[in-house]
Amino acid sequence: MKIHEYQAKDIFKKYGLPIPNGIVAHNAHEAEEAAKELGTPVVVVKAQVHAGGRGKAGGVKLAKSPEEAGKIAAEMIGSRLKTYQNPEGLPINCVLVEAGVNIDKEFYVGLTLDREVSRPVLMVSAAGGMEIEEIAKTNPELIIKEHIDPAIGLLPYQARKIAYKVGITDKKLLSQFVKIAMTLSKMYFELDASLIEINPLVQTEEGNFICLDAKIDFDDNALFRHKDIQELEDTTQVDPLELEAKKWDLNYVKLDGNIGCMVNGAGLAMATMDTIKYYGGEPANFLDVGGTATVERVAAAFKLLLSDPNVKAIFVNIFGGIVRCDRIAGGIIEAAKQVDLDRPLIVRLEGTNVELGRKMLEESSLNIIPAKDMADGAQKAVKAAKGEL
Amino acid sequence: MSVLINKDTKVVVQGLTGKEGSFHAKQCLDYGTQVVAGVTPGKGGIIWEDDEKKYKIPVFNTVEEAVKETGANASLIFVPPAFAADAIMEAADAGIKLIVCITEGIPVNDMVKVKRALQGTGVRYVGPNCPGVITPEECKMGIMPGHIFKKGRVGIVSRSGTLTYEAAYQLTQRGIGQSTVIGIGGDPVPGTTHKEAIEMFNNDPETDAIVLIGEIGGTMEEEAAEYIKERVEKPVVAYIAGVTAPPGRRMGHAGAIISGGKGDAQSKMAALREAGAYVCNTPAEIGEMVEKALKERGLL
Ligand SMILES: Nc1ncnc2c1ncn2[C@@H]1O[C@H](COP(=O)(O)OP(=O)(O)OP(=O)(O)O)[C@@H](O)[C@H]1O
Ligand SMILES: [Mg+2]
Repeated sequence: MKIHEYQAKDIFKKYGLPIPNGIVAHNAHEAEEAAKELGTPVVVVKAQVHAGGRGKAGGVKLAKSPEEAGKIAAEMIGSRLKTYQNPEGLPINCVLVEAGVNIDKEFYVGLTLDREVSRPVLMVSAAGGMEIEEIAKTNPELIIKEHIDPAIGLLPYQARKIAYKVGITDKKLLSQFVKIAMTLSKMYFELDASLIEINPLVQTEEGNFICLDAKIDFDDNALFRHKDIQELEDTTQVDPLELEAKKWDLNYVKLDGNIGCMVNGAGLAMATMDTIKYYGGEPANFLDVGGTATVERVAAAFKLLLSDPNVKAIFVNIFGGIVRCDRIAGGIIEAAKQVDLDRPLIVRLEGTNVELGRKMLEESSLNIIPAKDMADGAQKAVKAAKGEL
Repeated sequence: MSVLINKDTKVVVQGLTGKEGSFHAKQCLDYGTQVVAGVTPGKGGIIWEDDEKKYKIPVFNTVEEAVKETGANASLIFVPPAFAADAIMEAADAGIKLIVCITEGIPVNDMVKVKRALQGTGVRYVGPNCPGVITPEECKMGIMPGHIFKKGRVGIVSRSGTLTYEAAYQLTQRGIGQSTVIGIGGDPVPGTTHKEAIEMFNNDPETDAIVLIGEIGGTMEEEAAEYIKERVEKPVVAYIAGVTAPPGRRMGHAGAIISGGKGDAQSKMAALREAGAYVCNTPAEIGEMVEKALKERGLL
C-alpha cells in the first residue's frame, strides 16, 4: 500500500527524522495561508499523488510569495499529474506547502528488499535527486549498498561505511547521517514497509541533513497488524476498476488491448497474455480469479471485463486443479447469464471432470466457443476479437 | 528415485483441523501419502477424521510431540498467514528437515527472518504460497490435483501453481512421467530457489531432464541459468511468464535501481538460452519441447 508524501513525513517526524516545516492545503486559499504561516522567503508547492517523478512532471514548484503559492495550488488541485512512473496520471486532491530549503547537496537514500539475497538493502548515493534512475544505469558504482541482517538490524558501522564512501566526513553530518540510517532500518521492520525512500536527503547550506522527499510503501500482507497505517489509504489514487476488483479479491490490471482474459493463478494469467500476444492479439487486461472461482466472483470478473468498451472477445482459461471442471463450467454459465454476456466467449477448461464441464458449456444456450487447449483458445480469441469467428 | 519426498516420507500436517488442512490432508491420504499426525495448538489429544470417515489421524499440541509419538519427518503447513512463520520455525525446531508451506499472504519480513534463521541449519523448506511437492505415485505434499501427474524421469520446478499443472499435464498426456515436481511458490522470499531445485534434480540419478518455469521479477532464473551453464548436462526446458506484463505503477526508484536491468522476461530468457536451455515461447510448447529434448539425447 502506498501513502502520500505528507503522510510519510508525519511518520518520519514521529521517528525523529528531520523534515522541513510544511502544511497540507486543499485549495488556493489554504495554500496561501500556509505559505504565510511558514513565513520563509520561498515555499515549495508539492502535488500529493501516489507516484514519483513529480518534479520532472511539473508537480513540484517554487513560490516566492503566498499569492504565488495560492496560484500554483489553484492550478494543481483538481488536475491530474502524469509522471513517467504513472503514465495514466493521478488526481491531485491536495498539495503540501513546504518551507524552501537552501540545498547544498542532494543524496539518494533508499531501503527495500533485495530479492537476490532475501534481505533488505540500504542504498545511498551522493548523486541523489531526480536523475537517480539514470545514474543507476550509467554509473551503478555511485550507489553504495549495505545489506541488513534481519536478526540485528542495521549496525552503526554499516552506516559509517556508507557515509565515508559517499563523502560524508564532517563530524556533525556523519553523526546525523548514522542516526537517520539507523532510524530507517528500525522503521522498515517496525512498520513492515516494503520501501522507504528519501530522494533527496539534502545537506543544507547551514550544514545539516534534512529529508526533502519521503516515500513509504507498505507490505499489503502485513497490514493486518497495522490498523493505524490502513487508515492512511487514499483510494482516489487507485484505478476505480482495480478498486472494484479488490472488493471481490480479484487481481486485475487494465491494459490497452481488446481481448479480455480471465484466468486462475497469476503465472497462468501472465502466460495466457503472452500466448495471446504470440498469436498476434492484444490482451485487454491481467485478471487472476484465484483458486476459488465461485459464481459470484466469476460474475464480478465478467462485469469488470465487460465494462471495458475496448473488449471485443473474452478468453477464460482455467486449469481446474482440485476444483472439478463441471462446477467451474456451471459457475461460468450461471455468471454469463447473470451479466448478459454480449461478446464472444472462448473457454478453455482443463482438470478433473473436464469432459463433463465441456459438455455443459457446449449444451448451454450461450454463445460459448470451447477450446481444446491454451494455444487453441488464444488463437480463437484473437480471431474472435477481429470478428473473424 | 526422486528428490525431497518418496513413499517412506511421514508427514505431519500443521493446521490439520482447519478447513484447508482437512480438505487437502484427505486428498493427500487418498493419493497414498503417509500422513501420520496433525498439529493444532489447543486440540492435542483428539483424533482427526475426514468427512467420509476413511482416516483417523492423531492431533498434537506441538510438532515436537507429534514427531516423538509418530516419527514424522516432514511437515505440510496450512496455518493462517499471521502464524505461518511461527509454524515453520516450530517444525524446524522439532527436528523436521523438510517443510512445505502452502500458506499464501505471509508478511514478507516474516519470511526474511525465517530465511535468516534457517540458513545453514540443513532444514529444507519449500514455499510459501506454493502448490507443494509431489513425487508421482508415491507421495503428494500439497494441493495439486494428483491425477495429472505420472511417475517418470522429468523433474519440474515452478514458481506458479497453475503453470506447474499445465506443464505436468502436457508431459503426462505424452506419456512422459515426472520424478518429482516442486512448486517453489510465487513469494519474493522463497525457501527454495530455482537454482537449489535444479541442483537437486541434477544430482538425482533418476531424473533425466528438467523443466524450469519462471516468471518476471527477482533474479532467481538468472541465478539458475548461471548454475545450468556451469554444472548441468541434463537437458533443461524453460518457460518464463510475463513477456507482456506491463511495468508496474510505482512510487519510488529503489526497484529500478536494484534490478539493474535484470528481472524482465527477455533478460531471463536470454540468460537461459545462453546456458543451453531449450526456451519455449508459450507454455503450450513445454510438452513438445521436453519430448524433443529427450529424443535428441536418446533418452526417449
Ligand atoms: N522543501 C524544498 N525546498 C527546496 N527544494 C525542494 C523542496 N522540496 C523539493 N525540492 C526540490 O524538488 C525536487 C523534486 O521534489 P521531490 O523529490 O519531493 O519530488 P519527486 O520529483 O516526486 O521525487 P522523485 O524524483 O524522487 O520521484 C527535489 O529533488 C528538490 O531538488
Ligand atoms: Mg524525490
